[in-house]
Amino acid sequence: MSSSPVHTPSPNVEWRLPNKGRVGMLSLIAGESAIFTIFVVAYIFYLGKSATGPRPADVLEAPIAGTICLLSSSLTIWRAEQAIDKDQMGSFTAWLGATIALAIMFLFGTATEWNKLIYHDGLTISTNLFGTTFYSLVGLHATHVVIGLGLLGCVFLFSLFGQVNSRQSERFGAVALYWHFVDAVWVVVFSVVYLIGR
Amino acid sequence: MQAKIITFAVRFCATAATVLSPSSTLAQGPQKIPSTLAPASTSAKQIFDLSLFVISITGGIFLVVGGLLAIALFRFRARKSDSSVEPAQVYGSPQIELAWTVIPILIVVVLFLTTARIVFTIQDAPKPRSALDVTVIGHQFWWEFRYPKYGVVTANELHIPLSSKMAPRPTFLKLTSADVNHSFWIPQLGGKTDLIANHTNTMWLDANTPGVYLGQCAQFCGVQHAMMLLRVYVDTPDQFDAWIKNQQQPGRQEPSVTAGKRIFETQACINCHTVAGTAGTGHFGPDLTHLMSRATLASGAIDNTPQNLRQWLKSPDTFKRGALMPAMQLNDEQLDQLTAYLETLK
Amino acid sequence: MSDYPFPRLDVLEPVASDGSEGTLLEKLHGWLVTVDHKRLGILYILYSTFFLLVGGAEALFIRIQLAFPRNHFLSAQVYNRFFTMHGTTMVFLVGMPFLFGFANYIVPLQIGARDMAFPRLNAFSFWLTAFGGLLLYYSFLGGGGLYGVGNAPDVGWFAYAPLTARSFSPGHATDYWALALIVGGFGTLGTAINIIATIISMRCKGMTFMRMPLFTWLLLVVSMLTLVTITPLTAAQFMLLIDRYLGGHFFDTQAGGSSLIWIHFFWIFGHPEVYVLVLPAFAIANEIIPVFSRKAIFGYPAMVAASVCIMFVSLGVWAHHMFTVGLSSVSTAFFTLSTMLVGVPTGIKIFNWIATLWGGRIRFATPMLFCIGFLFQFLLAGLTGIMLSVSPWDWQLHNSYFVIAHFHYVLVGAVVFCIFAAIYFWYPKATGRLMNESLGKWHFWLFVIGFHITFDTMHFLGLLGMPRSIYTYQPDRGWNLLNLVVSMGGMVQGIAVLIFVFNFVTSLSWGETAGPDPWDAWTLEWTISSPPPIYNFDKLPEVHSRRPLWDLKHPEDPDWEHES
Repeated sequence: MSSSPVHTPSPNVEWRLPNKGRVGMLSLIAGESAIFTIFVVAYIFYLGKSATGPRPADVLEAPIAGTICLLSSSLTIWRAEQAIDKDQMGSFTAWLGATIALAIMFLFGTATEWNKLIYHDGLTISTNLFGTTFYSLVGLHATHVVIGLGLLGCVFLFSLFGQVNSRQSERFGAVALYWHFVDAVWVVVFSVVYLIGR
Repeated sequence: MQAKIITFAVRFCATAATVLSPSSTLAQGPQKIPSTLAPASTSAKQIFDLSLFVISITGGIFLVVGGLLAIALFRFRARKSDSSVEPAQVYGSPQIELAWTVIPILIVVVLFLTTARIVFTIQDAPKPRSALDVTVIGHQFWWEFRYPKYGVVTANELHIPLSSKMAPRPTFLKLTSADVNHSFWIPQLGGKTDLIANHTNTMWLDANTPGVYLGQCAQFCGVQHAMMLLRVYVDTPDQFDAWIKNQQQPGRQEPSVTAGKRIFETQACINCHTVAGTAGTGHFGPDLTHLMSRATLASGAIDNTPQNLRQWLKSPDTFKRGALMPAMQLNDEQLDQLTAYLETLK
Repeated sequence: MSDYPFPRLDVLEPVASDGSEGTLLEKLHGWLVTVDHKRLGILYILYSTFFLLVGGAEALFIRIQLAFPRNHFLSAQVYNRFFTMHGTTMVFLVGMPFLFGFANYIVPLQIGARDMAFPRLNAFSFWLTAFGGLLLYYSFLGGGGLYGVGNAPDVGWFAYAPLTARSFSPGHATDYWALALIVGGFGTLGTAINIIATIISMRCKGMTFMRMPLFTWLLLVVSMLTLVTITPLTAAQFMLLIDRYLGGHFFDTQAGGSSLIWIHFFWIFGHPEVYVLVLPAFAIANEIIPVFSRKAIFGYPAMVAASVCIMFVSLGVWAHHMFTVGLSSVSTAFFTLSTMLVGVPTGIKIFNWIATLWGGRIRFATPMLFCIGFLFQFLLAGLTGIMLSVSPWDWQLHNSYFVIAHFHYVLVGAVVFCIFAAIYFWYPKATGRLMNESLGKWHFWLFVIGFHITFDTMHFLGLLGMPRSIYTYQPDRGWNLLNLVVSMGGMVQGIAVLIFVFNFVTSLSWGETAGPDPWDAWTLEWTISSPPPIYNFDKLPEVHSRRPLWDLKHPEDPDWEHES
């Protein structure tokens, strides 16, 4: 085919694709958002519809302290991300530890709140519609905090044994993304349950 | 003209099907097909007319697109004489693609406006003062009908008055459920509406031809959903008044069936069933005050004959296994007496 | 990813990928622990084929029961379990796994990658899905609850509340339904995440989004849709289990709860779900129709745009399954409009396929026959869908056999036909052998004839007032002959499927050998051997157009000179 003209394509531009861990985590977040949305919709739909029992305004107190802890943990994990990017592993471990501590404080606050609601106010998941939707929604979020705590705890342990360095910074970025999602969900849940719904 | 052809074609097929089908011992005389294509009320007719319009559009689309597809397959099939040279590669055409985007959108607009008009016409129809109110409560696996203005409570067979343009008397139904979801569907008289617990739906019927119309529950409601049958009697004004008058009477008290009445009142029957004027005031099962005024038993599952009634009392599972009425463990003598009593409740 | 080092063969698999070494136990073990996308794809497809036969048998039992009025072949209880299981099986254990199985096998090959983004997640997701299916079927044995009334689920595949409440569904049948689908749902979520990450992050050099094969594009769209489709069902099923076991009141009408909220949540899942099932059918047609017409797909950018459009609009039509629950006239009108609108991009696709055929040189090999069946049937299904979108007419047709006819037209007439087409098309790639063409034609003709006998007739049953979900019907309603005809068509389809299974199994040993490119196609999977080596590509490719193999075969008229 030496007589036919030779066609050459225009050269391909530099080839950079997004990090797959990040894409995967964002996809998971999209799916989880849909689950939370359904529980939030159910919560809002059933506001004021309980046939009996304690109402939100009667028993709910906004968990300001816990919220501050959880939202601050987004800041601390962001500092940890910066540290691992720069290979400052001591700083990383410290900030990660702070994140975990703040998360534990948040969970402790939730536990105290639920203890009061169950034993002092008589509100359980089976008491009325408010109880069902409240414990389901807040509990779903708390479960995600616990899972996140598990992930952070693993990284923290690895870090204590010196196994983490800047080469894992993208992977840690995916975990941090999950943690930021958990915090963002709390903003929504807090607003719906303690601000709008009370 | 198109409408007539389509209607004829479908009615022909339906009749052929009916004529050719094997008869059964449970056949109840002449066939009564609950066909959406034989409307007997205003709303059913409006829906039917709309459907003919829609079919003519979709039929047209099918002929054009299907035709092009058939032509393409025939005209461009590979022939042995084809060389191995590939055909001209055509990657697209903005003009054609724009055209076949715009035209479907226009069709959608037309269809939507036509449809929306009927939606509002039917759903938001005003209620005239002559309208009859009936409350329908769905149960597993029977229908409760209450006529609040007349103080009448009955089951499974709904009587409504004839309605015409000169003397409109539509029936407005309020629908709800005592347990799970059901759906009220008499195809010849209109579309279906669901019965949902804790939620009241409304629909209206105005039948223009007297007769009996068949339907059944149209939302899966449990094991005997298939046998939650339904019938509507469209009565002339005289027939309807007579029926109402009869339903308003308390249960007959015939001295010859005292034994059976005693069985009814001392067994657990009264926990579920009401017979006006007796100790029976239960609400879990159908009102039996005028049981013999109904053509069927067990919500249409069986004909209302003494033998069927006796067998039903002996063991409901014979006809409708999973129905919530238990077998009452009565002996033969008790069954005879109880059946005799119930047979007097006209 | 293009500088990913050449893999070490000796550590990749304990047994050589052509299965020539190792004992039977070692080979089975290899399949059990594999993380290779090709093997997982095949496992998904075998799994779905098995459940296709099971679900098909359930359908045949249903049709035997309905062939005659007041029949006693199946009791009411057993019938209700069968129709529930038939629907649940076909959607979750056949449709989804088949389509994700093909995605698993084909997508990495088409984008020039060595595997999926997360191979271990891939394996985990498959086994979760598989376990979900086994859990569902275990209910036949283990579902006996209080009073022995438990058994396989019998609440319909849509499981409306409050029928699923403890009081109306005692025993564990409903729990098996919910748990099996929750577990399988997580498997589906994992695969969807994997496909998205693979397509976005692992395309070979030069493969921009607008140069991806349409199969891959549509699977990206499907996976994104899946993320927000399966999750509402998972949420609703959690709520159901909270009601059943923790005394919750989500759907408890006695405590002020609502049946309607279950219906909304279910269809918020249920409608996009049918697009999750049908978009891969389009994906398959997009590969096969061009190859057997010998022409590039007509209007590639429009096909992409239409698919993305469908993805978004399909999220806003769900209440067309609820026209009879008592929606306001405004809501009814809104959902009528959105449903009609989703027909526009769908219709455009049909036009594009016809335009692809137009001017081509059409070869009627078995994969193409199934795609042609798909085209006619999907056209009809779309039109009956438009009929159903006309809400007043839907007040008659909803929950009748017209709806069953419509959705089987889509799910069998479009999706299953395309699945068969895909198997005939890619079987040579996966196995190195062609399926028998004569048997393929027998399969096609018997199946299409049986299909039409059954599902064309079924539309009339709906028009004549026969509702769905009934274990029997009265003999005086005029439905007798039509039901018998429908049932006979089912038997014909059953025979066709058995021929297919025979062909599938025997061609493994006796099929004609296939080279790398038996169909003269144009995408990357046809550049490598059949079956491919475990690492897929010797050297990761670089592409310059949508049909890299066309460019190689036609250097005088490469695609890149026509693509913008």
